[in-house]
Amino acid sequence: MTGFVPTDRPPSAPARLVDDFTPALIDVGAHHLCPGCGEPVAMRSALEAVDELGLTRRAIAVFGIGCYTAFSNNLDVEVLQALHGRAPSVATGVKRARPDSIVFTVQGDGDMVSEGLQEVLHTAARGESVTCIMLNNGVFGETGGHMSAATVVGQRTKTSLEGRDPDLHGRPILLASLLAHVDGAAYVARGLVNSAGNVARTKKMLLRAFEAQERRAGFSFVEILTMCPTGWFVETEEAPGYLEDNLAAVHTPGVLKDEVDR
Amino acid sequence: MTDTAAPARRLLQGSEAIAEAMIAAGCRFFSGYPMTPFTEVLEHMARLLPGVGGICMNAESELEAVGMAWGAAATGTPAATGSTGQGLSLMQESLAEITLARLPLVVLDMARAQGDYYQATRGGGHGDYRHLVLAPADSAEAVTLIGLAFDLAERWRNPVLVMGDYYLAHTARSVTIPGPVDRAVPAWGLDGSSGGTGRAKLISFLGSAKQRDDVGYDLAAHYADCAAHTSTMAHAVKPLAEVTDTEDAEVVVVAFGTPARYVQAAVRELRSEGLAVGTVRPITLYPFPTEAVARAADGARVVAVYENNQGQMVDDVRLAVLGRAPVEFIGGLSLDSSGFGIAPDLDVRVLKERISRVVAS
Ligand SMILES: Cc1ncc(C[n+]2csc(CCOP(=O)(O)OP(=O)(O)O)c2C)c(N)n1
Ligand code: SF4
Ligand SMILES: [Mg+2]
Repeated sequence: MTGFVPTDRPPSAPARLVDDFTPALIDVGAHHLCPGCGEPVAMRSALEAVDELGLTRRAIAVFGIGCYTAFSNNLDVEVLQALHGRAPSVATGVKRARPDSIVFTVQGDGDMVSEGLQEVLHTAARGESVTCIMLNNGVFGETGGHMSAATVVGQRTKTSLEGRDPDLHGRPILLASLLAHVDGAAYVARGLVNSAGNVARTKKMLLRAFEAQERRAGFSFVEILTMCPTGWFVETEEAPGYLEDNLAAVHTPGVLKDEVDR
Repeated sequence: MTDTAAPARRLLQGSEAIAEAMIAAGCRFFSGYPMTPFTEVLEHMARLLPGVGGICMNAESELEAVGMAWGAAATGTPAATGSTGQGLSLMQESLAEITLARLPLVVLDMARAQGDYYQATRGGGHGDYRHLVLAPADSAEAVTLIGLAFDLAERWRNPVLVMGDYYLAHTARSVTIPGPVDRAVPAWGLDGSSGGTGRAKLISFLGSAKQRDDVGYDLAAHYADCAAHTSTMAHAVKPLAEVTDTEDAEVVVVAFGTPARYVQAAVRELRSEGLAVGTVRPITLYPFPTEAVARAADGARVVAVYENNQGQMVDDVRLAVLGRAPVEFIGGLSLDSSGFGIAPDLDVRVLKERISRVVAS
């Protein structure tokens, strides 16, 4: 069929599912995250990495609390739900008790940097053989768009209405940059999911992080910058650009440390 | 002559006896952060666990300690953690949710004096849940109750607190450590292997039902299940108490933990001096031995409660006595300068005087 689709009357045929894009390890495609949210893309990338490395029958995901928690009862890998900020110590207990498993956490910037910073720092310092994944959207998405410890200067949130002011609110913690300086960390990278190319690059980081764990090189960490149009109060289609211009300008993407082969 | 077949009695400090009893009971994961009088248990676990293939973690705080124990417990590994009341305060958010995640865990509550009775028996954290609470009066009993704690945790998939104190931790006694218990890995334990089967395991305090449409978790159903479980557990677990001389007692004294031993000594002396006194020592603080207390109070002129605090267990005693007799509080804060709850009024003469005063009034 050529031409345009008329929208001034009901469609001539009912909608049908052309293809099911649900990845292998996500049970149900539907989720209640916002349209344009970057977290499902990040979640999907992590699960594809698990699948592609053949780790499905050994993987245990430990979830923090944020919007991504919606995926914790929706996966075909084993899941342990932890509290807000506390996933790294819980993951530590799992990994020490079951050293043959592949353990990764899924946390947000509010979870990992604001509430639970010491957890991830100590876990990295111990060189714990786990992978921590942080979905960084620079806000508490779940609670409705509040300032987190990763919110960039100038960013408007419900608790920094005029934008984050360094004199009033201090400056953001750049977690990946901080962790790169911790000896126990073998792999530290920061990716983003605002374009197909960046998703592909982020996926490579996730593959490498799991490889680091598989080879017992030490602690591995992937920070993923994700869109949160709702918490940023920007139009859905503007979110990828907003991410690039604001978050990614401060939380600079790239591989910060790779000592997997050392 | 010694019987070579009998398990050897050994003179052990309380902390060491507790550590050895935990290992005998099958504990293979322990995490903790030092704080008196919990510290030595951690030291002994760090020394002993590797030898049996277990893991002891020097957690960076009580928050990490309980998190690590949570993770290990989720794999079905018999796990324990602990602290004093202060450290347990830090752990409460996790202890509450571990309960709602239906995980077994043994928690040592090596308290300072007895001001943490409410914290231990009322749940301590947020939400609607209960922990089973055992309160040994000496290390010999602690050894037995540690075994029971691991059994109960496994049976009910619920945290079990064992309450000790400075005396229990630091007093050496001759004890018999029971033979090792082998605990099978439970079917629900995580190890990753159920991934990709379409039925991957989920352990969550939000519920264990998998999403089959886009509704998320069914919290109402989960919380109702948890409430039903708590109620079944509370009714099924047998309350324990040590009762002495209450049949003809005009005065019944109720006390728990180490102080109960001092109370029992005072009461023995008062008996020999002709006073009709008896004692009830709750061994399980939750479920509380309500019936044992009620039976003892029947026919008594007064029920006295001794605790090293401002009066906490006295609430449970009043609920048990239910007006059968007046309930008088004869305890008090431990005001020693060490801060460890040494309780200078744990003195048989002082206790005798307080009990006699209640009788006279
Ligand atoms: C102890 C505790 N404090 C506060 C909250 C409320 N809370 C839930 S999610 C959240 C922030 C989540 O932010 P983030 O981790 O960045 O996830 P996002 O929603 O942005 O994906 C907060 C503060 C909580 N669940 N627990
Ligand atoms: S609030 Fe933000 S993080 Fe949460 S679902 Fe919506 S877009 Fe995603
Ligand atoms: Mg966030």
